[in-house]
Amino acid sequence: MLSREQVLHVARLARLELTDEEVEGFGGELSKITDWIDKIGELELADVRPTSHVVEVENALRADEPHESLDPALALRSAPDAADGGFRVPSPGAG
Amino acid sequence: MTGVLELSATEAIARVRSGDLEPGALWSAYRERAASEDLGALSWLADEAPEIAVDAPLGGVPVAVKDLFCTEGVPSQAGSRILEGYRPPYTATAVRNLQRAGAPMLCKTHQDEFAMGSSNENCAFGPVLNPWDRTRVPGGSSGGSAAAVAAGLVPWSIGTDTGGSIRQPAALCGIVGLKPTYGAISRYGMIAFASSLDQAGPFTRTVADAALLLGAMASKDDRDSTSLGLREPVRTPTATDLRGIRLGVPEELSGEGIETGVLENFQATLDRARELGATVETCRLPHAPHGLAAYYIIAPAECSSNLARFDGVRYGARVEADDLSSMYTGTRAAGFGAEVKRRIMLGTYALSSGYYDAYYGRAQKVRTKIAEDFDTAFGSFDFIVTPTAPGVAFELGAKTADPLAMYLNDYCTVPMSLAGIPAISIPNGLSDGLPTGFQIAGPAFSENSILDAAHALEAALGFDGSAARR
Amino acid sequence: MSSTTWEPVIGLEIHVQLGTRTKMFCSCALGFGEPPNTRTCPVCLGLPGTLPVVNERAIHFGLMMGLALGCEIAPRSIFHRKNYFYPDLPKGYQISQYDIPLCAGGRLGDVRLHRIHLEEDAAKLVHVGESGRIHGSDASVVDFNRGGTPLAEIVTEPDIRSAEQAREWLTLLRETLRQLGVSDVDMSQGSLRCDANVSIRPAGSTELGTKAELKNMNSFAFLEQGVTAEIARQIALVEGGDKVVQETLHFDPRTGAISSLRSKEEAHDYRYFPEPDLVPLVPTEAMLAEARGALPELPAARIERYQAEYSLSPEQARTLAWRPERAAFFERAAAAAVAAEAPRVANWLDQVREEGALTPDGLAGVADLVASKKISNDAGRRVLDILVAEGGDAVAVVEREGLAAMGAGGELEAIVERVLADNADVAERVRGGNEKAIGALMGPVMRETKGRADGGEVQRIIREKLGL
Repeated sequence: MLSREQVLHVARLARLELTDEEVEGFGGELSKITDWIDKIGELELADVRPTSHVVEVENALRADEPHESLDPALALRSAPDAADGGFRVPSPGAG
Repeated sequence: MTGVLELSATEAIARVRSGDLEPGALWSAYRERAASEDLGALSWLADEAPEIAVDAPLGGVPVAVKDLFCTEGVPSQAGSRILEGYRPPYTATAVRNLQRAGAPMLCKTHQDEFAMGSSNENCAFGPVLNPWDRTRVPGGSSGGSAAAVAAGLVPWSIGTDTGGSIRQPAALCGIVGLKPTYGAISRYGMIAFASSLDQAGPFTRTVADAALLLGAMASKDDRDSTSLGLREPVRTPTATDLRGIRLGVPEELSGEGIETGVLENFQATLDRARELGATVETCRLPHAPHGLAAYYIIAPAECSSNLARFDGVRYGARVEADDLSSMYTGTRAAGFGAEVKRRIMLGTYALSSGYYDAYYGRAQKVRTKIAEDFDTAFGSFDFIVTPTAPGVAFELGAKTADPLAMYLNDYCTVPMSLAGIPAISIPNGLSDGLPTGFQIAGPAFSENSILDAAHALEAALGFDGSAARR
Repeated sequence: MSSTTWEPVIGLEIHVQLGTRTKMFCSCALGFGEPPNTRTCPVCLGLPGTLPVVNERAIHFGLMMGLALGCEIAPRSIFHRKNYFYPDLPKGYQISQYDIPLCAGGRLGDVRLHRIHLEEDAAKLVHVGESGRIHGSDASVVDFNRGGTPLAEIVTEPDIRSAEQAREWLTLLRETLRQLGVSDVDMSQGSLRCDANVSIRPAGSTELGTKAELKNMNSFAFLEQGVTAEIARQIALVEGGDKVVQETLHFDPRTGAISSLRSKEEAHDYRYFPEPDLVPLVPTEAMLAEARGALPELPAARIERYQAEYSLSPEQARTLAWRPERAAFFERAAAAAVAAEAPRVANWLDQVREEGALTPDGLAGVADLVASKKISNDAGRRVLDILVAEGGDAVAVVEREGLAAMGAGGELEAIVERVLADNADVAERVRGGNEKAIGALMGPVMRETKGRADGGEVQRIIREKLGL
């Protein structure tokens, strides 16, 4: 069961603003899902190595050769607020 | 021009090569049909046909591309408001491969938002309808790409499969859908959902067409560290029987929770296989029942991280605010749909301090066990076969109230994704007038064998999907 | 008045920008001071659908560092994602290493290392508070040129015991990395950044106190000042009955004040998990051999070798070890010298500020001539000055300048007799037992011989003539 505080904490970590309804709704849904997921806790997995990569590849390395970077106009083309040659955002630390 | 629209891609290419068909004519015919679609499948339609060389391997046969493939200068929205109108400055490798092989992009297709969903009802721009029955879903997340092929808007299309998002819609729409070995097709340019699971793949009318498209898409890409390409070139499938082929039917994935009609068609297909000379026995995949739970930890965990870049800073939608924190939370709240938020929350929770070992850590171990189960099974069997989806296409809105009910659609397809092995779904009949699918999974890099087996079975099944194309 | 002696316990966390040509995970060229957002691409902008690919030269540099510093190189290491939100972090996560870093352990001088790992640098956030007012609020502008620069993070064990030692050790590290050629290590340009973890404990205790982290001191002087100030702050705190709190601090070098950087929000939960877009790093024999082969001799090793092989004193060895070009000069001179021992060659080199036109052979020549008493010490110095200014061969210069030693013989004896006669009263005093007065006799003799006589020889003759 996820408490309201837990839901709010997770939402904070994920930078999601939730309405009160959503907090309730997600709380219930997430609890249901986690209860279901918890079943893997029943398995005996002590000596099992976790799989972090399905492909058996190692050392995919790239030569240290420069390519042509994007034209700054193109880099900024989709920016919601471009200014002074950069991406403008409200300052961190405020509010 | 109806004759032209009835051709499979293989047939069309042959006609182009022999000079009996001009790529331009093919393009125009399909464009006209696509422009008049009523399924809500398309997010963008090209105006002009590009130049195609007559001897191009794919003969100028136009293709539809799922919206999450980045296509330079063309909207690539991944079914989300947060990317509404976004035009990338580059094109995904898989799409470039197709373009180079002579399959021009005719249109882009709608999908469940960020590939999360099994019904295409999570698309921010509206649901996609199943051409077999417009009150029902086409499956997801590649619902648009599947519906487009099933309805004959295009001869073939590409989608992505993370837990079943090609195979399941292929089954629900009565067409062929293939998820290759993880790493066969480059992920560079695919807007990421779950990095260790996502794979691109073809939707086609026939198995032979799927082989063609797969061969053109696959490559080892320097821009994707996890990319391997395929170990051998894709061959045109020619098998006409299944002599000597051993088919394994996992107890865990072929009984409980599967609709009667689907099971009946599945059994009938097994009979066809026996007639073609295959042996059919039950096998065990002991950890498969836990696959779905493991998947719904790993995929949300990876997606919660992959979707962090959608923050309103460099591209996409932004909700203005006086302070940074509010800009982040407001932007993401407005830009993401409910299912995406749900999975981000789930994934963030699973990775958060104190929970990693219990969730993500464990899920990774379950993943190891599932891969081992398949390895063991492939010691005695050439292929593992299951029904692709537990049911036929359901009605719009039927499963949206309960996320868990929706997740269960992936029950038979998720284990293969977790193990990274290839699997195809071919249509194997109708149940109450709606298509069902037969899944064939093989060991890593066994695509050619799978395609051969599927080709032989396809002929024996004789499934006719033309009803949906009218 | 305190009765406890406090022992500072300091560990350093250093970030080094590697001197590769391109970024860590994409092929954008590295630069400095370029116009904003001119060194970016879809990957380092974090555009949807992009993927990282590891720079092989960054790995090479990482292996060099690990080998040079005596670390264990992980046979298989992986990258992790460190998740948090900030405008200078385009993907919303930094690709770094977590529980399996490239290098573990190691040591430099008398400080042990904990680990070295590789990661990518963040972009640059420029506050435009005044000029960029929107709706009356402050704004920042992000420049992604720097974003993605390869970083090596070096973490030491808490082996440092004073601010001074911290500064000295960081200087040694900096010089070592500079000689390795893996980075510009320029604190003013940000290619070397240092945080310090500081705690105190009663002298003699083996337990660790609570540590506070001083972030980003961007000069050696500020590091020493900051650590000094923090030690004092902690001592005052504890002696005042309070406890040290684990927090992040900022040292302002202008005011000397230490302030808390801890934000109002809770501490970061980075939700580390293995980076699925990258594959494990398994350094091959070839990669290790290449890294080993690229290692120059480093200061610490050279200091030891110069003492062992050349019998230099620790001070002489240290002086030379810091300057590889001068050390090479010394070694060639020492090899060329026949009569002079290496320590004397080193001494002579010490007197040369800049080599100028002096060659190792020239230096060896001077040392040999003096050692074999063919010229005096003074003459040697003069020859050296000439060689630095003009170059050439020591023997030729001695002949040209007429600086050959005046050995014991008629000429010298005559000069001594003359001086003794001219300074009879001083001579008497010396004869009378005033040893020190002999200097007043030597001066004139040396002047007359124009420094060609050996001081010891002159003294011997004077005493002989005085009957001492």
